[in-house]
Amino acid sequence: MTEHFKMDAPATDRRLDDMAQGLVGAPLDRPEGPLKVTGTATYANEWQVEGMVHGVMVRAPGNSGRVVLSNRNDVAKMPGVLSVIQDDRLLRNPAQGTANKAPIQGPQQAAYLGQLVAVVVAETFEQARHAAQSLMVRLEDGEVRPVDPATAAVEPQDDQTLDQGDLDAAMKDATHSVDEVYTTPSHSSSPMEPHASIASWEGDDLTLRGSYQMLKYNRNELADSLGIHPDRVRILSPYVGGGFGSKLGLAPEAVAAAIAAQELGRPVSVALQRPQVYEATMRRSETRQRIRLAADADGRLSGFGHDARVSNLPGEVFAEPVLQASHFLYAGKNRQMSLDLARLHRLCAGSVRAPGEAVGVTVVENAMDELAQKVGIDPVELRLRNIPETDPESGKEFSSRRFREALESGARAFGWADRPGLKERREGEWLVGYGMASAARINALMESQARVTLQPDGRARVETDMTDIGTGTYAILGQIAGEMLGLPRDRVDVVLGDTTLPPAAGSGGSWGASSSGTSVYVACQAIRRQLADRLDVDEKDLLLKDGRVTFDNQTKALGDVLQGDEIAKLGHVEPGDTSTAVRQATFGAYFAEVAVHAASGETRVRRMHGSFAAGRILNAKTARSQCLGGMTFGIGIALTEEIAFDPRDGHVANHNLAEYHIPVNADVPQLTVELLEERDDWASPLQAKGIGELGICGAAAAITNAIYNATGVRVRDYPATLDKVIAGL
Amino acid sequence: MRPFEYTRAQSTETATRDAAGGAMFIAGGTNLLDLMKLEVMAPAELVDINRLELDRIEETEDGGLRIGALVTNSDLANDTRVRRDWPVLSRALLAGASGQLRNKATTGGNLLQRTRCLYFYDRAMACNKREPGSGCSAREGFNRILAILGTSEHCIATHPSDMAVAMRALDAVVETVKDDGSTRRLNLDDLYLLPGDRPDRETVLEPGELITAVVLPAPVAGRQTYRKVRDRASYAFALVSVAGVVAMEDGRITRADLAFGGVAPKPWRDPQVEALLVGQTPSEALFEKAADQLLAEAEGFGANDFKLPLTRRTLVSVLTELTQEART
Amino acid sequence: MPIIVGPNRFRSGGMLPQGSPLPAATYGTLHAYHGLLLQDRINSETFPVQTHLTINGTQQRLELDPRTTLLDALRHHLGLTGSKKGCDHGQCGACTVMVNGRRINSCLTLACMHDGDEVTTIEGIGQPGNLSDLQEAFVSEDGFQCGYCTPGQICSATAMLDEVRSGWPSHVTDDLTGDAALTTEEISERMSGNLCRCAAYPNIVEAIRKAAEKTA
Repeated sequence: MTEHFKMDAPATDRRLDDMAQGLVGAPLDRPEGPLKVTGTATYANEWQVEGMVHGVMVRAPGNSGRVVLSNRNDVAKMPGVLSVIQDDRLLRNPAQGTANKAPIQGPQQAAYLGQLVAVVVAETFEQARHAAQSLMVRLEDGEVRPVDPATAAVEPQDDQTLDQGDLDAAMKDATHSVDEVYTTPSHSSSPMEPHASIASWEGDDLTLRGSYQMLKYNRNELADSLGIHPDRVRILSPYVGGGFGSKLGLAPEAVAAAIAAQELGRPVSVALQRPQVYEATMRRSETRQRIRLAADADGRLSGFGHDARVSNLPGEVFAEPVLQASHFLYAGKNRQMSLDLARLHRLCAGSVRAPGEAVGVTVVENAMDELAQKVGIDPVELRLRNIPETDPESGKEFSSRRFREALESGARAFGWADRPGLKERREGEWLVGYGMASAARINALMESQARVTLQPDGRARVETDMTDIGTGTYAILGQIAGEMLGLPRDRVDVVLGDTTLPPAAGSGGSWGASSSGTSVYVACQAIRRQLADRLDVDEKDLLLKDGRVTFDNQTKALGDVLQGDEIAKLGHVEPGDTSTAVRQATFGAYFAEVAVHAASGETRVRRMHGSFAAGRILNAKTARSQCLGGMTFGIGIALTEEIAFDPRDGHVANHNLAEYHIPVNADVPQLTVELLEERDDWASPLQAKGIGELGICGAAAAITNAIYNATGVRVRDYPATLDKVIAGL
Repeated sequence: MRPFEYTRAQSTETATRDAAGGAMFIAGGTNLLDLMKLEVMAPAELVDINRLELDRIEETEDGGLRIGALVTNSDLANDTRVRRDWPVLSRALLAGASGQLRNKATTGGNLLQRTRCLYFYDRAMACNKREPGSGCSAREGFNRILAILGTSEHCIATHPSDMAVAMRALDAVVETVKDDGSTRRLNLDDLYLLPGDRPDRETVLEPGELITAVVLPAPVAGRQTYRKVRDRASYAFALVSVAGVVAMEDGRITRADLAFGGVAPKPWRDPQVEALLVGQTPSEALFEKAADQLLAEAEGFGANDFKLPLTRRTLVSVLTELTQEART
Repeated sequence: MPIIVGPNRFRSGGMLPQGSPLPAATYGTLHAYHGLLLQDRINSETFPVQTHLTINGTQQRLELDPRTTLLDALRHHLGLTGSKKGCDHGQCGACTVMVNGRRINSCLTLACMHDGDEVTTIEGIGQPGNLSDLQEAFVSEDGFQCGYCTPGQICSATAMLDEVRSGWPSHVTDDLTGDAALTTEEISERMSGNLCRCAAYPNIVEAIRKAAEKTA
């Protein structure tokens, strides 16, 4: 029995506020916590599958030419080797998020150095690794290919072009203006769990134990890659060791494992080696962004320009959407925007946490800091003066927007009023500065389904192929069901990560919680109605709490109402008119204190605070953790993270965790987070918006702006490594 | 990782004999196994020397310290004598790697670490250190972390150790034993070779020769520090590091033992820099002159050009710190 | 210079113009290195090595390919998948276990090198329903998100607290000859060998502090 819900009108009834269990929003521990802290949660490459053998993938040593495995037959004879597989169905690169079909296949023509072109399978991992390392991969008839975005051919993305009013004139007439170019390097998601898949076949049916974020799409991508019907494919991903975009789309190891397992008639595990994760999954595109701001004497914007260049492999449509929040964050009636996509032969560019805003808002926030300096006003005040009344391009209302409150409350919480003047504070050899930036990220609701079963024993079961990649899905879906059905949290079981369950929106784009949460809510509403029918009362007059039903001044145990029956409902939500009727986004503000070493230029983040508004918070503990993660990504973007491409062949030179510097514990101070109370009726019937990415969208700018405040050095070329800082000291 | 024969050595005699026959010693294994997994190193035989009794720290007759080759980085850093009398060594060790790695990495192994050059680590790239004659991919590649001193046209690798930099400033001596039972003592500086046209040869050790200990001379007067500059606050290799032992008397510098990490194929020490400082009154101009001397022959290769100003600034800062403290 | 083996990529230096054909012999993996010829590879056999060790209090006798790391022995041969493989090169700390009470990266050591050793993995620290103080604090402080680095964090923290109790200094300890205090800065530095991409760091620090207070 499906309960269908389309988000065509604002959900002003706010039913969650009527409920009595008190679960939604509460900072509850993750129910799967005890499994994770004891090492008993099972990740992809940890299933003990009878008869399993091991595959190790082999890379192309260049970015051009036909792949020839010149000693394939010899390698096939090495101890323990079962097969050396080169197959046209192997993937050239991973699928983009929500692709829903196979990405470009046929890796027999090299497109980038690191492309995975074959898989060697052996009885043991040690044998497979050595055999893979023994395979000689030659590339024939290659040519020198573009790897540098500055010189590669570009394709203007016409659908991204905006020309409103006359920005050139506004710049000329402006009292104060900023016209600067900022660059950000490629970033890697670098989840702690490398991509891994175990494939096993039973007849024509394939089971893949993988590490993926969006199973309903991944299933179709895998089926399409293999040329089989999706009904034949089951994917299991109950635990995912981090994704951050890199596991949105099907990756090469899954198809390799499936092909090998079919050929050998045995389960095959293929895990990417860490360098392969860096070289053959996804990168965030590097960007070159020109920001133009035109302002009057008071800093009120009359013009806003954002022109960018990003890059990708030939054949890939994804272009890092850096303009996304520029369309609505600030006022300015003369607006110009454009996006160019350079075609080159580095690994595939795709989604890395908050594609677009993570680097787009960041440089806008640097430019705003430069403008505040020119106008001579508090950077917070500059932002406050430029909050547009309505969407500055479409004129649409904002669904909800506690942007002003985030700026003001964040400034208070941080102690912004005590900020030092430019280059004013020095403590020994350390130069100390404060910086701030705004946060903004678009919000979306996506189609999602979940089945909720109220069992005769008074327990409930939530089932969906939704994933929990650390985001807190296990926690919040249980909280929503418990809240709606009046059950303590420990009487709700949540089952995730299995494509035999109802298809969910998946974890990505910050839409997972509100979308899959709404599907659970919709199912629960249907269950409540059926309970009400049984009791012959109106659903709104039912009070469910602690496994008891109160209605018409009587109270009954849930079991007595159910009388041995179970009630199962499938909740199915689809986005509707509210997606386009209003502008939906989340907002916030970051504040940072840094210390820059006067001799070495090393920067330490001493304090950092974020105030965020993202609709109803479903679990204050896991939501805060999401913000901590985002802000830490921001520290990485600001100070350390950069994929270093070799200038000659575009390969990832720093393809490991020792040289691609994600922040370590000592890089991160005790961050503080404030979650502002908000209800967004347009976003979902939960009044919740996404919060998984908001913490990163501009965070790096608070740090680089603080470096400026401390040192007077503007680093416009990310990351602000010490070499760039000392160059200006 | 290629297959290998594994033996557990019961004595230095059997260990050195096996090694003379082509086996490679393994102690902590934190660098060797890293490289073996990538087949950058591919020994056919491994001799596990962890059972040899080379894990003690003993005082020498002249007030120094003999550190067994198998003493772990943790045990050495935490030794109360080292913390008190050779703090620069303790500091250098604690600035290196992570708690886990320091528990495994040994004194002898740390000295023999291979470079972190990204092209050395990648078998698809030409590297004269890995494969003599294949070329150097790093010179025109991403060489941010590589050397500015002591390089050759064939190699610009850096030695990654922190510990060895401090030991170099402390005039440490390396003791070895060969398969014929003979022993020798090498100044740390003499252990290492510059790349020249054979960057694959990194030390003067002969096949079968085993480092048994490192000897620190008696502690000297003066202030000690280890300054490590890196891309993260922790768990990152040095871009530049300075180990300094500086003594003052009557307002003049009487000792300036300075060794540098992250800038050269071996822990770098320049006697002319020290000669220029000793006997002088500390001043910023003097420190700048010392830096001029240190960097007179330095050469960057693009992405690592910044190491020249960074080394200068770090040296000046360290000298300022050590001489200021000495004056107060 | 000795004879050239292997590829000559980048050897001549400089960049060729785009579209020009690549010289022959470019873009190939190595034919030979360190004397390891293809024939050696094909013929190379390994002989299992016997190792006796105690894991979480239980005696184990392993007979494994000597190439097997302690981590792979745990994960592939003993069914102990609590220790995680994040990088396999000692760069992330997800594989941290304790050997004879000390934390190490189990990916960077061979199982056969641990004959007679006592190994404690996350499975030996606590189980669901029987959590250690640290495990409990990680749950209550949300000291993890995806959970993949978590067993390594907890093994590392367990041993780290012992190191502090033993008076070991760290990189951020001001006085090398004094006692070590468990400040935020000290915890962060000492835990920096355990990467967490979800970045639960502030919560990890809080969890460790809380557990240490409870134990003290």
